[in-house]
Amino acid sequence: MKLATSVQPSSRTFRANRAAHLAMLDEIRTAAQAAAAGGGAAALARHVARGKMPPRERVANLLDPGAPFLEIGATAAHGMYEGAAPCAGLIAGIGRVQGQEVMVLANDATVKGGTYYPMTVKKHLRAQEIAEACQLPCVYLVDSGGANLPNQDEVFPDRDHFGRIFYNQAQMSAKGIAQIAVVMGSCTAGGAYVPAMSDVTIIVRDQGTIFLAGPPLVRAATGEVVSAEDLGGADAHTRLSGVADYLAKDDAHALAIARRAIANLNRQRPVTVEWQSPEPPAHDPDEILGLVPADLRTPYDIREVIARTVDGSRFDEFKARFGETLVTGFAHVQGCPVGIIANNGVLFSEAAQKGAHFIELCSARDIPLVFLQNVTGFMVGRKYENEGIARHGAKMVMAVATTNVPKITLLVGGSFGAGNYGMAGRAFGPRFLWTWPNSRIGVMGGEQAAGVLATVRREGIERGGGTWSPEGEAKFKRPTIETFARQSHPLYASARLWDDGIIDPRQTRDILALSLRASLNAPIQPTRFGLFRM
Amino acid sequence: MFDKILIANRGEIACRIIDTARRLGIRTVAVFSEADREARHVALADEAVPIGGPAPADSYLRGDALIAAALATGARAIHPGYGFLSENPDFVDAVTAAGLVFIGPSAKAIRQMGLKDAAKALMAQAGVPVVPGHHGPNRDGAHLAGQADALGYPLLIKPVAGGGGKGMRLVEGAADFAAALDAARAEADRAFGNPAVLLERFIPRPRHIEVQIFGDGQDALHLFERDCSLQRRHQKVIEEAPAPGMTPQMRAAMGEAAVRAARAIGYAGAGTVEFIADASEGLRPDRFWFMEMNTRLQVEHPVTEAITGIDLVEWQLRISSGEPLPARQDQIAIRGHAFEARLYAEDVPAGFLPATGRLAHLRFPDHARVETGVRQGDRISPWYDPMIAKIISHGPTRATALRALDAALATTEVAGTVTNLDFLLALSRHDGFARGEVDTGLIARDLDQLLAATADPGATALAALGLAGLHRLDQAQGFALWQPLCHTITWQGGSARLELPGPGHARVTIDSTTHEIIQQDGRWWLDGRQVPARVVTHAGGTSCFGLGPAVTLVPLDPLARGGDPGRGGGLTLSPMPGLVKAVFVVPGQEVAAGDRLAILEAMKMEHNLTAARAGRVAEVLAAPGDQVEAGAALIRLEETP
Repeated sequence: MKLATSVQPSSRTFRANRAAHLAMLDEIRTAAQAAAAGGGAAALARHVARGKMPPRERVANLLDPGAPFLEIGATAAHGMYEGAAPCAGLIAGIGRVQGQEVMVLANDATVKGGTYYPMTVKKHLRAQEIAEACQLPCVYLVDSGGANLPNQDEVFPDRDHFGRIFYNQAQMSAKGIAQIAVVMGSCTAGGAYVPAMSDVTIIVRDQGTIFLAGPPLVRAATGEVVSAEDLGGADAHTRLSGVADYLAKDDAHALAIARRAIANLNRQRPVTVEWQSPEPPAHDPDEILGLVPADLRTPYDIREVIARTVDGSRFDEFKARFGETLVTGFAHVQGCPVGIIANNGVLFSEAAQKGAHFIELCSARDIPLVFLQNVTGFMVGRKYENEGIARHGAKMVMAVATTNVPKITLLVGGSFGAGNYGMAGRAFGPRFLWTWPNSRIGVMGGEQAAGVLATVRREGIERGGGTWSPEGEAKFKRPTIETFARQSHPLYASARLWDDGIIDPRQTRDILALSLRASLNAPIQPTRFGLFRM
Repeated sequence: MFDKILIANRGEIACRIIDTARRLGIRTVAVFSEADREARHVALADEAVPIGGPAPADSYLRGDALIAAALATGARAIHPGYGFLSENPDFVDAVTAAGLVFIGPSAKAIRQMGLKDAAKALMAQAGVPVVPGHHGPNRDGAHLAGQADALGYPLLIKPVAGGGGKGMRLVEGAADFAAALDAARAEADRAFGNPAVLLERFIPRPRHIEVQIFGDGQDALHLFERDCSLQRRHQKVIEEAPAPGMTPQMRAAMGEAAVRAARAIGYAGAGTVEFIADASEGLRPDRFWFMEMNTRLQVEHPVTEAITGIDLVEWQLRISSGEPLPARQDQIAIRGHAFEARLYAEDVPAGFLPATGRLAHLRFPDHARVETGVRQGDRISPWYDPMIAKIISHGPTRATALRALDAALATTEVAGTVTNLDFLLALSRHDGFARGEVDTGLIARDLDQLLAATADPGATALAALGLAGLHRLDQAQGFALWQPLCHTITWQGGSARLELPGPGHARVTIDSTTHEIIQQDGRWWLDGRQVPARVVTHAGGTSCFGLGPAVTLVPLDPLARGGDPGRGGGLTLSPMPGLVKAVFVVPGQEVAAGDRLAILEAMKMEHNLTAARAGRVAEVLAAPGDQVEAGAALIRLEETP
């Protein structure tokens, strides 16, 4: 049925909320624009002077004009490495080429020569993870000097480090997920394996180079004097070595060849869900900024958000009268059927059972799940522990962990404690995880954490016979509160790729729809749940 | 009435005749040349017969083939249309001799009117005014001067032979006559080998006004006049009916004169009596003169049809089949005003050069009569008149009809060839023309102004959007998280940068000018205002119509670019073990990509070794007779910077 609303856009609260959200959005936009500027104007001018297209234009001109681009990690590495790696030096996202969704990964050579910082590696692997889960062809626009040497200990050796890139390419290729490389700049050492491991490789003449060791290292090792072009340029690789398949005249030509390669993939979308004709919500999504309280601690009815997200504001609420702090129900987003699981307060046993039940329903019906997280956690206290809230919570976590329908998670408020798990937090493999600028994430709130630490400290002091003044306690708690506040901020979280990006709440519907569309490139596998603790 | 007729023509007039024939239940036979096998008139007709090669002399001018086609298909009559054999009396005789009916006047009438001087004399005898002048055998200068004085000044001295204005002299007064006569004679002798000249009254502001007549051999009547003064080098451009500024007295005088002319030769069928009128003091009943008579249907007949409500082709068919005139003079009246514009494939700025090309896109206005012989996808061939269509408007007054013509032209869309559409639009908006101040010199006088229309830069921006596939911009999401992506759109001769800041909203930058474009309810908004633009992609590219002159952008195939290998490829290696048979280059020599550098003999085959890129030979590392290993360096080119 169509959701009603009690939002009053003319109210003082609405206007105050909206102003606060707009201020938060400005902060995020500033950060995102700085990230998009890459290595800055001077570096970009040098890049362009070499005849290269700016990295974002490479992405744009690969994609169909007018088609959406869903960027991943748009503020990755924000505030890290002393600002040396805007956007982690890598542009990643899902775009459309010849009408087909693809994952694009483009090195930004204006950022430290496109070298891989730890967050660059993490972002690259995350994009590949999405591509593999959604079965999206990957297009690598390569222009990178390889590993960032000063950070080699955090880039090279571990499982989820540089080598994983090539492992993923091999795994995806084996699953029939096309891997296409466009070599538009350097591809040195380990980086040489990106094109070499690709199904199809295009190289730009006088610009792209692929070699395991560059001319200086060759000279040092064997005394051979050779130019970069003859060692591993476009002509050598398309005519002599066979490392690359197509010779391109310049970036634009290379991108056109890549578009043709994708047109020739002979792919078909699998039949998954029953799409309906899209319909805008009956209530204006723009009002989200005014109805969501600026302060996380102020409760509000999550149905107001759902009403501004789903087609026609129609929501078939399931089990509305049971476990009311968790709202579950069926709806459509841009025509795609979804099951929505949304927090409307702290999780109780009934809510957790309801959540598990609803996930079972959606899994049986192949309906993708959308989680709207605003959770402080599961209810605590003797009554709840004794009635087995951990057992009931585990049911929901088990269901979330083992369902095979695509999950999309959106942080619309708090994401604290085990609530994060039950609501498909990062560890539970949602296909996409987006956050709103007002969201906060942490094992618990800063106040609570400081309180726990202060209690332990007070007990220690009092055991020693001492006393602790309220001022002393407040002073003790302040750093913890401040640290938690800083670390739970969405920019801090997104910089570390705990999520896929911060979004404008007004675009929620579009982003959910794009996420769903991308996810449904992969067939939905049948679910086999683990054992539920009954 | 005939049950089947053959139409000995092509193009719009053949289609036009088929329309009326079909309405009257008459079956039609089309004829076609090899170039017209797929033409519209062939598709419209009930039957069609091939009559020869594409050149008119091999097909549409072959009377024997036309008559044979009519006999073979059982057609009872032949409609000649206009042009081709429509005024050829020998053809009329042949048709008649074959037992068929020629839908038109008798061969005799055609012959009488075909000789211009004889026709004039005939008309003068019948009391039809002819241009005052002197055309006699006496070549004495003094005699001619006397005749000139009798005629009055200013006057023209014209060569008897030739044409096209060559050798023509305007004489303002008696004092200049002798010198002008000598000069005109000398020039006529040089140009035509005949110094004979004639004298004619000079008409300072001539208008071309013609009267449509019909006769049935017994009687004749007229369907009022048409004004065809908008001409360019005797080519009519826009015609109208009735003539602006026409008075009832003058109309009556002209009509009577035309009918008198028709009766004088016992005319049967449709004809047009052309007059020249002096408009220097407005139209006056004593200032029009017979020029010639056209013994056929005119191109511009639809304006007469529009104001009289009479189907002229129907009348032709009825009269030819033996009926008397279908109406009396007093039953025919003028209703409103009509214009006809001739849309041609021609390059107006280049001097109205005829053009050819495939009509990649063709859309005619919804609220105007259009006569055409082509459809979208058809080719304007070099063999025939490059007319695309006639666009006819009709309204209760001249002003409303002209506005309707303007609107019709503004919504006409042609791509694939250049056209005179912008020129026609400029004419329809010409202030003097709007006031009815027409004369045959208007176009030549104001040509610069009529060619001044320039493309709106916004039209290029809109066409660029279409080139990017965004005809339905309102359906493009253009989504990006925090800022739009910037695409580059390229076409032959230009490029634009494209951003989509939001759904249905595009920002197109060309030459550092940015246009904000929105599409809403299917309508385009350009820089803040709604515009009547239409963006269409067709076989020839993408066009924007409706914003001044149409803009067509031809796409560049981003893949159609040869990839020369650039700086690398400097080293030519032996592909396999073998014997160097020959080396064709020496150090310092410039080579082009693909040039043969050496021949290697291996595996009983001779292998040409070619340059992978252009450059200068730095070293030749092998000599003929050398046995070389696989991978041995043979020739090295200099590094390029």
